[in-house]
Amino acid sequence: MVTFEQISPADFFYRNRDIAGFTNPARAIFSSVRELVENSLDASDQSRVPSNIYVRLSHDGEESSEEAEVYRLRVEDNGSGIPARHIPSAFGQVLFGSKYKLKQARGTFGLGGTMAILYGQITTHKPVRIASSTGTSRIYRYKMIIDIQRNRPIILDRKIQVNKDRWRGTMVEFHLEGDFSRAMPKILEYLKQTAVVTPYANLTFVDPKGRLYKFNRSTSKMPRSPKETLPHPHGVDVETVRRLIQITKCRNMIDFMKTHFHRIGERISHKFLKFAKIDEKKNPRKLEPDEIVKLVRMMKKFDGFRAPDASCLSPLGDDLLKAGILKELMPEFIAVCQRKPSTYSGHPFVVETAIAYGGKVPKKDDIVLYRFANRIPLLYDEASDVSWRIVKSINWRKYKVKPDMPVAILVHLCSTKVPYKTVGKEFIADRPEVKNEVLNGVRQVARQLQRFLSKQEYREKERRRLATFSRYLPKIAKFSTELSGKEKEPDIRKLLWSVRKFEEEKNQKLSS
Amino acid sequence: MKKKKTKSSAAERKKEVLANLIDFGSTLYGQMEKGDFPWIKMPSRSIDNIFYSPEFRQYILGKKAVRRSARNIRHIRPFTQLVWTAYFAHELVRHRKTSTLRDVYYSAQAYDVPFKDQPESNSIITDLETVAKYSREDFHVFPEERSAVFGDLTIEYTVPGYEGKRYNLMSHPDGVMIGPALTSAELVKTTADKLIAIEKGGLFTRFIEEQVHKKFNSLLVLTAGQAPRATRHFIHRLNRELNLPVYIFTDGDPWGMHIAMVIISGSANAAHLRDLTTPDATWSGVWATDIVDYKLPSEALTDVDIKRLYELQKDPRYDGELWQREVKQFLKIRRKAEQEAFSRYGLSYIVDKYLPAKLEEAA
Repeated sequence: MVTFEQISPADFFYRNRDIAGFTNPARAIFSSVRELVENSLDASDQSRVPSNIYVRLSHDGEESSEEAEVYRLRVEDNGSGIPARHIPSAFGQVLFGSKYKLKQARGTFGLGGTMAILYGQITTHKPVRIASSTGTSRIYRYKMIIDIQRNRPIILDRKIQVNKDRWRGTMVEFHLEGDFSRAMPKILEYLKQTAVVTPYANLTFVDPKGRLYKFNRSTSKMPRSPKETLPHPHGVDVETVRRLIQITKCRNMIDFMKTHFHRIGERISHKFLKFAKIDEKKNPRKLEPDEIVKLVRMMKKFDGFRAPDASCLSPLGDDLLKAGILKELMPEFIAVCQRKPSTYSGHPFVVETAIAYGGKVPKKDDIVLYRFANRIPLLYDEASDVSWRIVKSINWRKYKVKPDMPVAILVHLCSTKVPYKTVGKEFIADRPEVKNEVLNGVRQVARQLQRFLSKQEYREKERRRLATFSRYLPKIAKFSTELSGKEKEPDIRKLLWSVRKFEEEKNQKLSS
Repeated sequence: MKKKKTKSSAAERKKEVLANLIDFGSTLYGQMEKGDFPWIKMPSRSIDNIFYSPEFRQYILGKKAVRRSARNIRHIRPFTQLVWTAYFAHELVRHRKTSTLRDVYYSAQAYDVPFKDQPESNSIITDLETVAKYSREDFHVFPEERSAVFGDLTIEYTVPGYEGKRYNLMSHPDGVMIGPALTSAELVKTTADKLIAIEKGGLFTRFIEEQVHKKFNSLLVLTAGQAPRATRHFIHRLNRELNLPVYIFTDGDPWGMHIAMVIISGSANAAHLRDLTTPDATWSGVWATDIVDYKLPSEALTDVDIKRLYELQKDPRYDGELWQREVKQFLKIRRKAEQEAFSRYGLSYIVDKYLPAKLEEAA
């Protein structure tokens, strides 16, 4: 007999935890840290206060299996805090969140943090503890577990504390099984790259052995916050339009287009409806299903819409990008570039690129690539990423870059919808529009590096040239004198000086 | 008994060499004192400037010259090395010390003008030869020695500690190494009326055992393969100063043939030098025709041998009738024979029968 049953979203992710990045004990611990840190960063971006984030992994001595041990993970931030009534759902219910709006944020589904807690619960069967305050006179403390089958939190304990110091932020603590020793390099790399892309954050990490890692902020400036935006007509589907029709208060199509879509005014609204052969006066609520389909199709075809603006995005900007790289890599040379906003399928995006040379840039046999999407470092599946392919396709010798040089390239993609190829959010797909912007961005910074390297090469060559003359000419003088039996060596200072002077003139010409 | 022609050729030459080196230093000194970057001009040694001169019967350098200036960043290092090498050669000659190519390479490091490697050092020495027009042996720089001489020749040493001391080259039955002491010695007198040069050590020893020097009134020189320059210069001197005709015996193959040719007409590598050749010397065997005439045990020519023969056929030094004939004969019979092949007729056959016949043929 076949039985049919419904499962809850929490149950679904419990059964399919692989797709959310909890494949194995090492990956699980990495993903847990990452998800909670990202929530914390988002929370402090919202409150416009430079982030202080404290992460601690401690080992309770419990061992569960050969490769995994039980750890306690605690993440604390100074972000916006969560209103008391939302705390249980925010951490005890999968797909509950504040990030479904159309603006750039690190997380999108309200899935990650709860997934981490869910994973902890199913591996250790221990409750999660949460404390949060929005800066009011109270701190709310919860102890709860997730009812996986029903996708809802079960509150075990709830306390309200007086918030004497007006603390604001959120603290999450739970147990989970993991393999820290294998995850450690990735976690540290993750924190370092997060520090690069979030130079206004103080990140503190204490590992299970009590070792302290600190990444201090170098600036308290934060990038401008993104504005919530309307959907661009090129980026919507039939379902979106159907929902809009249900809630709209507009009485005709002209107003409907103007009110619910991005950057549409009177003129474009007229033009589009004429193009789509839809009656301007039609009541949108009366649109038939096939008319909705036609409307969406025509929206995709019409090329008279204005490109989405980038106010819903929050790129770092040249200064912050520089600050982050300077602080973590201390390069000899740095160039950054922010491309103009662009779109793919109606989704606005901005590409930022940077190149760093020397200093603490790791010296591998190849260029080091740092990838970021909406300020999240992407650490896995590098070779599948569009940026990696672009970096590989470039003839670096043209830019005077040799394989053994310490060169790092950073690519940051901001978008309301990052074109990830998989649910794991690890690498970006080859969208032609995105690819173009990344390519041009990388080329732009590479050209600046080329200029720097050429200048350096020239200076080095000059230095060697002068050193060669000053090394050998006196010897020629000396041996000629001895050979010819003369007593005094000829005065060669003028000769040496003549080489120098000539070169200085050339230098001046070059620099002017 | 033959007495040498010139009074003191070795001492004379030493004086010339020293003067030449001092002159080189003075030129550079003068240029610098005038406020110029020192520079030199010397004949180009590139392939397109090496010509065969029928007049000199050896390779010579053409008119093309190269200018090296210390003003040029690419020249200044080799230029310094050249000046140092001249200085070092001058010190060697002045103090009557000898040195080897390897020695020069290492000595440079003491003066902080290091050479990158041995070939670089060797090439600078060749530059100095070209500039000064003397060979490195004149600068007391010698390669590893392996050739020897035997016979009734009295020499007088000029090397320190032996000045004025005389020595007869018949004193030691293994022969005397042709080294710095011998090449710088004066040739005093000899009873010999010819010189026989031999490619291989085995045959050289056989000739001494068989008293070839007495039977044929001859000096014997072992070239030990391709004759070193010192040996070629020594043969040249014996020929010039003592008027000894020179006969060369080598293996019967293109390589042996060329050993004889280099003694006679020199090599392209030494086109910038004189006094290394003996144009009137004779290659007496083993010829290709000998292989046939004497029915010598022989081996087939290899592909490399044959390729070499075709090269030699086009070489201007091989213009002569004998050479062309023998090259053709080799190509025809496609066989080669070593000098030792005569042993098939008994150990003394080569001396008793072959040698007299060949010497007579040459005379």
